[in-house]
Amino acid sequence: MCLSIPSKVVEIDECNMATVDTMGIKRHVSLDLIADEIHIGDYILIHVGFAMNKIDEEEALQSLELYREMLEAMEEEERRQVIESDDNCENRTQA
Amino acid sequence: MSELQLKDLYDGFRDPDVIKALAKSIIDEAKHLKEPLKLMEVCGGHTHTIMKYGLKQLLPDRIDFIHGPGCPVCIMPKERIDHAITLAQMSDTILLTLGDMIRVPGSKSSLAVERANGYDIRALYSPLDALRIARENPDKKVVFFAIGFETTTPMTAALLELVEKQGITNLYFHINHVLVPPAVDAIMADGQAKINAFIGPAHVSVISGAKIYQPLPEKYSTPVVVSGFEPIDVLQSILMIVRQKNEARCEMEIQYSRSVTLEGNTKAQEMIEKFMEPRVHFRWRGIGDIPYSALALKAQYAAYDAEKIFADILPTEPIDDHKLCICGTILKGLAKPNDCQVFGTACTPNTPMGSCMVSSEGACNAYYRYGAIK
Ligand code: SF4
Ligand code: SF4
Repeated sequence: MCLSIPSKVVEIDECNMATVDTMGIKRHVSLDLIADEIHIGDYILIHVGFAMNKIDEEEALQSLELYREMLEAMEEEERRQVIESDDNCENRTQA
Repeated sequence: MSELQLKDLYDGFRDPDVIKALAKSIIDEAKHLKEPLKLMEVCGGHTHTIMKYGLKQLLPDRIDFIHGPGCPVCIMPKERIDHAITLAQMSDTILLTLGDMIRVPGSKSSLAVERANGYDIRALYSPLDALRIARENPDKKVVFFAIGFETTTPMTAALLELVEKQGITNLYFHINHVLVPPAVDAIMADGQAKINAFIGPAHVSVISGAKIYQPLPEKYSTPVVVSGFEPIDVLQSILMIVRQKNEARCEMEIQYSRSVTLEGNTKAQEMIEKFMEPRVHFRWRGIGDIPYSALALKAQYAAYDAEKIFADILPTEPIDDHKLCICGTILKGLAKPNDCQVFGTACTPNTPMGSCMVSSEGACNAYYRYGAIK
C-alpha cells in the first residue's frame, strides 16, 4: 500500500495543493509535508495523496547514465568474445 | 540524455537489457561469495518486484530471498481489526481506512463483510479525504483507522494538523502506525532466520532518512542497501550487497539516491513528533509483541484518540491466527508461502485465511499471483 509514485508537477494552487501528472493520469496532491520549494516541472514522489519528497533529477540521470555505460561495456565484451572465439577457432588453425 | 522525462523514471528502471546485464554481473560476482547470501527484503513492495519480474529465477541459487515483515496490512493482528469492526458498528459512525485493510480477516469478520452488512465503511485513496467526509457529516462520528509504516505516518500527522487548525471535532483517530527498525531487530534477535544482508525499503527512508538503518551493519555484521522498487533498483542493490560481501565490507549504502538522503524529510519527521510518541507494546500478527515498535497519539491529543474515547467497548484480548496459517513463520523469515499446507487451496486471494494473502504486498499474495517459486 505504501508504494510511492513518481509524478510531474503541472500546477500549484494557493492551498498548497499541486496537480501532478502520473504518466497521463492527473491527480491532486498536498504539498504540506514538503520543506523545499516546489516548482512547476519538478518531479516528486507521491504517496496516498501527498508529495513525500522531490526527486533529484541529477541523481536519476546519473543512475540512467550508469546503466547505459554498463550496457555498452557489456556489448563491447560480447563483441570481444565473439572475435576471440573466432580467432581460436580450431577448424581454422587446422586449415 | 540531458533532460529527465517522466517516462525515464519508469521505463529507465525497467529496461530488460539492463536487467539482463545486471543479472549477469551478479552471477559473475556471486561466484566469489564465501557463503550463500540470505537476503531479507524487509518490505512487501520488494517481494512484489522480485516475483513480478522473476528476479529470483535470473539469479544463482546461492542468493536466497527471505521475505520480511514490511507490510502494515500483513502485520495487523486480529484484535486490532476487531477494534475497527467494533468502532464501525457504533451508531452514527463512518469508519475510514486505507487500501487492502478492508479485506483482512479479524477474529470473526472483516471490514468488507461488515460493509456488506450495511455499516458505513470506506476505503480512502488519501487520508485527506477524511477531512471532507467529517465536514459533510457533522452529526456523525468519523473514525480514521490509520495504518502504515514510517512512509504513511506523516500523512496521518498532516491530517491531524488540519483537523486541529480547522477545529473539526467529529473526526477520531485509531492509530496503528508501526516502525521498521524494531521489527528488523526482533527478527534478528530471534536469530533463526540466519539473515546475512538486508534490502531496506526506500520509501520508508524517503521520510525517515537512511540513517535509521545505520545501526544494522554494526549490530549484525550485515550489509544494508536502501533500495528503490523498480526491478533495476532491486538488482543494483543486490549487486552492491554482493560486492560488499566480496570486499569484506559491511556498510549501509543508498541505491535509491534519486530520493533518499541520510536525514530524510525532516519536516515530515517533525510533524510526526508533534502528534505521536512510541507505544510501549504492539503485537505484530504472527510475531507477537515488539516493544516500542509502533506509535500512539500523545496524551494532549486524547480528544482525537479513538482508542481512549471508546476504550470501554474495544476488546483487549490478543487473538492469534488460524492454526493452519503460517504467516507468522513467513514474516519471521523461516518459511516460504508454498510451505503452507493451505496455500493456493483453502487460502487464495479471494478466500484469504491470513493477511499475507490479502495484502497485495503480502508474500503469499505475490507467490499466488506470479506463480510460486521454490
Ligand atoms: S507498506 Fe510500504 S513498507 Fe510496507 S510493504 Fe507496503 S510498500 Fe513496503
Ligand atoms: S497461504 Fe494463507 S494461510 Fe498460508 S500462510 Fe499464507 S496467508 Fe496464511
